[in-house]
Amino acid sequence: MATAVTHEAHEAHDTHEHVHYTSTGLDNRKVAIWAFIGSECMLFASLISTYLIYKGRSRVGPLPHEIWTSPSGQIFQPILNIPVTSASTFVLLMSSLVMVLALAAVENRGKPGYVGTLLGNSKFWLAATALMGATFLGFQAYEFTSFVHEGLTIKTNLFGSSFFTLTGFHGAHVTAGVLWLLTLLAIDIKRGLTPKDAILVDICALYWHFVDVVWIAIFTLVYLIK
Amino acid sequence: MATTAAAPKFQPVNTDGSYGESGFWSWMTTVDHKRIGTLYLYTALFFFIVGGIEAGIMRWQLALPNSHVVSAQMYNQLFTMHGTTMVFLAIMPLSAAFFNYLIPLQIGARDVAFPRLNAFSYWVYLLGGLFISIPILFKTAPDAGWFGYAPLTTPQFSGGLNIDFWVIGLQILGISSLAAAFNFITTIINLRAPGMTLMRMPMFTWMSFVVQFLLILAFPAITIALVFLLFDRFFGTQFYEIASGADPLLWQHLFWVFGHPEVYILILPAFGLVSEILPTFSKKPLFGYNVMVYSGIMIGVLGFGVWAHHMFAVGMGAVADSIFSLVTMLIGIPTGVKIFNWIATMWAGEIRFTAAMKFAIGLIALFTIGGISGVMHSSPPADTQQTDTYFVVAHFHYVLFGGSIMGILGGIYYYFPKMTGRYMSEKLGTWHFWLTFIAMNLTFFPMHFSGLLGMPRRVYTYDAGQGWEKFNLASSLGTALLIFATSLFVINFLWSRKNGAKAPNDAWGAATLEWSIPSPPPDYNFAQIPIVTSRSPLWDLKHPEMTAGIAHSSPDAMTITDSHAVPMHEETEYKTAKELGIPMPFPTIKPFFAALGIIVMFSGLIFIHLDKFAIAMAITIGGAVLLVGSLYAWLTSPLE
Repeated sequence: MATAVTHEAHEAHDTHEHVHYTSTGLDNRKVAIWAFIGSECMLFASLISTYLIYKGRSRVGPLPHEIWTSPSGQIFQPILNIPVTSASTFVLLMSSLVMVLALAAVENRGKPGYVGTLLGNSKFWLAATALMGATFLGFQAYEFTSFVHEGLTIKTNLFGSSFFTLTGFHGAHVTAGVLWLLTLLAIDIKRGLTPKDAILVDICALYWHFVDVVWIAIFTLVYLIK
Repeated sequence: MATTAAAPKFQPVNTDGSYGESGFWSWMTTVDHKRIGTLYLYTALFFFIVGGIEAGIMRWQLALPNSHVVSAQMYNQLFTMHGTTMVFLAIMPLSAAFFNYLIPLQIGARDVAFPRLNAFSYWVYLLGGLFISIPILFKTAPDAGWFGYAPLTTPQFSGGLNIDFWVIGLQILGISSLAAAFNFITTIINLRAPGMTLMRMPMFTWMSFVVQFLLILAFPAITIALVFLLFDRFFGTQFYEIASGADPLLWQHLFWVFGHPEVYILILPAFGLVSEILPTFSKKPLFGYNVMVYSGIMIGVLGFGVWAHHMFAVGMGAVADSIFSLVTMLIGIPTGVKIFNWIATMWAGEIRFTAAMKFAIGLIALFTIGGISGVMHSSPPADTQQTDTYFVVAHFHYVLFGGSIMGILGGIYYYFPKMTGRYMSEKLGTWHFWLTFIAMNLTFFPMHFSGLLGMPRRVYTYDAGQGWEKFNLASSLGTALLIFATSLFVINFLWSRKNGAKAPNDAWGAATLEWSIPSPPPDYNFAQIPIVTSRSPLWDLKHPEMTAGIAHSSPDAMTITDSHAVPMHEETEYKTAKELGIPMPFPTIKPFFAALGIIVMFSGLIFIHLDKFAIAMAITIGGAVLLVGSLYAWLTSPLE
């Protein structure tokens, strides 16, 4: 990949800068990430469809939006905590904005208005995006733990199986995104990301926005619609 | 071929057809798309033989009524592994061998977009294939059919390790297919030579392009279906537990949303190969190129709307049955268009009946029979009679053997000179074709009758006196002949690598770019990237009279952004990449270790069912560390 080492390797056998020609003018990685996102759409479509097909089919509770009384007379309140998840949703959506600012900082490195300002501080924006992603994951960990305490595990009923699998898959995607952002941050700290490296941030940003968009669908279909 | 005067002064051409280094380590670390294609070809042919042996044992058992060559349990493992092997380990990777070898050559590229990802795909395929295949030696192979219907595959009904190997193995193989598909999509979109517009791409590349989209859109559905099954088996989820209210059709829907596009993933590459072979040996451009492209896309699109025709017998109701029946009938139209265009390509051509051409014509004939029986089961009332009988077995073997395998065999005869610099024996090839053609019909045609007489699929034996004996005996004799014919092919293949007649660059007088460079091609493919001005660049150069009637664009009129590109030419001189100043990707072992990490990680799950949780965790975490470590090492090291 286009790291500093690549340029050293080039110098060894070639003095002129070798730019790879592409038919579309787009970087290969950008085309590939779009194909990957297309495939991921089908992955989440399968998960979300299963959740919706199984909605209301659970034979036992706890249930997402309904009160459930167990045969022994114990009463279970609706399990989804919409205000808390709204807060974590807000954090995740705002992280997309911060991600855009991180990309802009790298793309415009050295331009007036960016030099020496917060706007041009790509390390800050990358760290902020990763932190907001981690905050979302923290909320999810809290949510999962409290559900288990209230008696809902992945084994309890169809709702538990499909809910934990769907949101867990999304959480795993956020985790991968946070690791990706931290890797970019490490590169930025080590040698500084320049406008030439913008593609590295660009593909990460596309992935990050996609994971956000999926959450909008999940939040709407799982949490908001009763 | 270079004459003695211009003999290559650097590395000799290795016996395996590659340039540069040879030996075990160079194959482990290669990132060259041609060598990876060769690895795919050999591995897939190996698995094709394994799948054939499994079929041979089944036909031995069924040759006579009430015979007990293998037990019922073993028979279940054999038919499951025969299907799984042929679909995932033989036909798909045989197609992948051609994707790897040909796509960069056909579009005028020096490699695929992500050479190391390509190596990774191969290693995941090899290791995943071994993971799913080896258990049969210990009689614990998957035994619930290649479609693995849940709830049959849930712990309640399949408690052993058999299904564990299947679920995990398919999950691993899916990673390989997806990684390869992202790579080829990017390659085709981005790495075409100047002037190689989409509508000038060779038909094989076009059909491969469609297939890559089917792969990336269909595989996620089975990935999720398998994740649910994996969780049900290992972590106690309820996805397929009917007692908890689960839908018994959930698996079938998710599986066939993948499974039907998969059918086109298997056949379209063969269609592409035939579309290369027919024009060359008819000495005519492909008839109706545009319509061939559109019908390929149409097949791909409609292929996503027909999955429930595998489920007419489950009782979905009249509306669903009617819609899926209608779309299934519609898909016969673009397929029929292709058949007629191939015939029109041959019409009034100067036909040369080489072995490759015979297999291509064989595909047209046999696929048509399978296509017609396919339209027969698109009608729900007929299908409910035919479901789970040998009639269906006859149908899909006509399309998969008569279609995919015939096309792929034709492709091997056709591209063997490009890959090795030598021709395969035409004489043995002709014997191979006719024996295969006769044997294939002898094996599969009688299955139509045994099926219509009510013989169910997947029975390990049957009683005499139901009218099935003579049809089964014929099928089994046909299988024996098929095994003999295939051994002729193997002999021909291995013998011709070193002893076949020498082939020039343009072994057959073809029209496309891959034939303008040496056979076998140098590691950098094209010393100078050609500028393409029509669909048949090599005919423009060598037989301008043949292509005079076709519209061309002049190289000057095009905006050439690649300063290294030169007008269409033939390349005959061997020079090293270094002499030419072409940067080549470094060989690397990291993709292999990343693939190994995935296999180790998933293998850990098996120990959960052996009740050794600590070992399972240790292996899984170890595998994950190996995977992540290799990925970081890979992504932070320079490509070239």
